[in-house]
Amino acid sequence: MLIGKVIGNVVATRKHVSHENQKILYVQILNLDGSGRSNPILALDAVDAGVGDRVLVTQEGWSAMTSVGKPFSPIDMAVVGVIDSVELAP
Amino acid sequence: MQIGRIIGNVVCTIKNDPLEGKKLLVVQPLDKNGSNHGKPLVAIDAVGAGVGETIYWCRGREASMPWYPDQEVPTEATIVGIIDAIDLG
Repeated sequence: MLIGKVIGNVVATRKHVSHENQKILYVQILNLDGSGRSNPILALDAVDAGVGDRVLVTQEGWSAMTSVGKPFSPIDMAVVGVIDSVELAP
Repeated sequence: MQIGRIIGNVVCTIKNDPLEGKKLLVVQPLDKNGSNHGKPLVAIDAVGAGVGETIYWCRGREASMPWYPDQEVPTEATIVGIIDAIDLG
């Protein structure tokens, strides 16, 4: 998984049925030093995360779709955890 | 999923059968300011998107899921939503 920060909520009325009634979060993936890494992504929310939260993101499809209870659907990324802290060895 | 804008379409008369009747659209990935970011790709439309619209697409095997199990569609990029807005908190 990857560490990210939720930077926005995506509003999309016309979307695949499996994305309905799901929050779609706009997430900036982070390096360990907190700096941004790569282009922000869209992930379905499996844990009710909100803007500003530091989160755990899966970018593997089967994990993503099952985390929101939608197997066999076009979902390739999901937020699967809200991070309290990251402790790195000194 | 990733955000992009549809900048064109692709016409293939000769193609793999399950691609029949599906729109092939050229997608330009975007960054959070809406400017171009990275290289364009071709994606299949699953939600009735058109040129000029800001969309998001799904990549990988999951991209073929909208038609599964009826069809095994050879796609690794499928447009699965049309973005109305992104509220940056």
